[in-house]
Amino acid sequence: MRAVAVVGASLAGLSAARSLRKQGYDGRLVVIGDEPHRPYDRPPLSKEFLAGEIGEADLALEPDDEDLQAEWLLGARATGLDSAHRAVRLADGREVRADGIVIATGATARRLPGTDGLAGVHTLRTLDDARALRDELALGGRLVVIGGGFIGAEVASTAYALGLDVTVVEAAPTPLAGPLGETMGGVVSALHADHGVRLLCGVGVKGLSGETRVDAVLLEDGRTVPADIVVVGVGAHPCVEWLQGSGVVLDNGVKCGADGRTSLAAVVAVGDCASWYDPHVGVHRRVEHWTGARERPDAAVATLLSGGAAEPGAPRPPYFWSDQYGVKIQFAGHAAGADSVTVEQGAPGDRSFLAVYRRAGHPVAVLAMNQPRVFMRWRKQLAATPS
Amino acid sequence: MIPVCLLVELPRGEAYRLDIDPPVSVFHTDDGEVFAIDDTCTHQDASLADGWLEGCEVECPLHASKFDLRTGAVDAPPAKRPVRTHEVFVVDGMIYVQPSTEAPNLPPCIAARLAGEPA
Ligand SMILES: Cc1cc2nc3c(=O)[nH]c(=O)nc-3n(C[C@H](O)[C@H](O)[C@H](O)COP(=O)(O)OP(=O)(O)OC[C@H]3O[C@@H](n4cnc5c(N)ncnc54)[C@H](O)[C@@H]3O)c2cc1C
Ligand code: FES
Repeated sequence: MRAVAVVGASLAGLSAARSLRKQGYDGRLVVIGDEPHRPYDRPPLSKEFLAGEIGEADLALEPDDEDLQAEWLLGARATGLDSAHRAVRLADGREVRADGIVIATGATARRLPGTDGLAGVHTLRTLDDARALRDELALGGRLVVIGGGFIGAEVASTAYALGLDVTVVEAAPTPLAGPLGETMGGVVSALHADHGVRLLCGVGVKGLSGETRVDAVLLEDGRTVPADIVVVGVGAHPCVEWLQGSGVVLDNGVKCGADGRTSLAAVVAVGDCASWYDPHVGVHRRVEHWTGARERPDAAVATLLSGGAAEPGAPRPPYFWSDQYGVKIQFAGHAAGADSVTVEQGAPGDRSFLAVYRRAGHPVAVLAMNQPRVFMRWRKQLAATPS
Repeated sequence: MIPVCLLVELPRGEAYRLDIDPPVSVFHTDDGEVFAIDDTCTHQDASLADGWLEGCEVECPLHASKFDLRTGAVDAPPAKRPVRTHEVFVVDGMIYVQPSTEAPNLPPCIAARLAGEPA
């Protein structure tokens, strides 16, 4: 292999570029990213950066002395993949020829239809989004967060600490029930009430009101929630439109094997845009967590460099963390298949506990609040004994 | 030199957190070696004594950067800077740490907190 193009210059793309060099690839390496920025870390965008505790320099994912001998094409959007000619087409008309391609284009925040152009309405995915939201939060007022998922909850927590009046609106009866299950979703989302942040569940959003600037969120049950700022945190969808017609099979992101391979030879996909086959659960899953975007490129690059001959190691159980209201939340594994959840350490009421999810008696997932030490041990144990 | 604990009180594979400022953690590896590094991860406020010890490396309990106990070097982000290492002596079965005189690489959140406190 003499030229590799990595498309997407964030955590998964940077990790892939590093894995390539670490695994001995010494050919041409081109990293293409549509944002103008060097790779930066997203988790702080809803936490320390939004709170103003850290600055932009602290977000950099590269140490000062790192040199991957790569050509960085930043501010350059890929618009197509020409599989016959092994080329990535860019929006400005350029073409990057490569015999190996790593797709790492991540995801973008979903928006509410019909809200574009209304001032005071935000989504949060990029540094530019975070800057804009941070500047508005600094003015104070009433914030309504639409969506009680992790990013929505973190924004609520940060804004609460900044002194805003915060309401969270969640369409499902219990927030976080998807990733954590009903019981624990209830426990974690109770953090809002602990701090006097209003949580309205089981009610959808009909629309927003306001002429040029938002002034309220209209709920489906007829209620109106006044708002100076609205954050829409209703999930993200994979950035894969540019691959349409390329022959790469798409299904909720790029459909990949358990080693990152796509339907095309010498094309692999990693990070939030990729739906890897998970042999533990027997389905394809798009895992949108930091650790997956950081670790999976090792396997995908091994696949790319070996022409698919490398044996993928057993995948580690997915792991993510969230920080809300000063509480460290950590989760590993798959809650979906569990038939029981038991608290094995501490007490949920104290916001310091560890709970184990089991299926037919076997641990399949673990959740902790403010218990990093025990959690670490459980996570290692889960990894050692896959369900 | 600061006394830590008796070597027999620190089983292999375990860590001891020394509550000095900034805190130091002392690790007893599976091979029987003893190392001391700053306890606070250089990325954020995590205690490396809570981390996962494997060989001569400890993995941060929060975001999985790994630090080499011998050199303090970090393998990969999110942490970007090494942790300080401290000299360790074992005298008559007692572990002692000689704190480093170098400046610590504290995470921005802690460094800001320290800077904000009156001296
Ligand atoms: C606010 C926020 C908080 C988060 N907090 C946590 C957390 O606490 N814990 C956790 O585990 N995870 C968290 N995450 C998730 C984590 O950040 C993501 O899983 C991770 O960023 C995925 O990395 P990625 O490189 O796959 O995708 P991304 O980071 O989305 O990067 C993809 C890059 O590709 C670029 N791109 C897209 N299309 C094109 C194109 N056509 N051409 C060129 N470039 C393109 C994008 O602009 C982007 O720069 C958070 C995410 C956000 C947004
Ligand atoms: S706190 Fe240690 S890696 Fe983040």
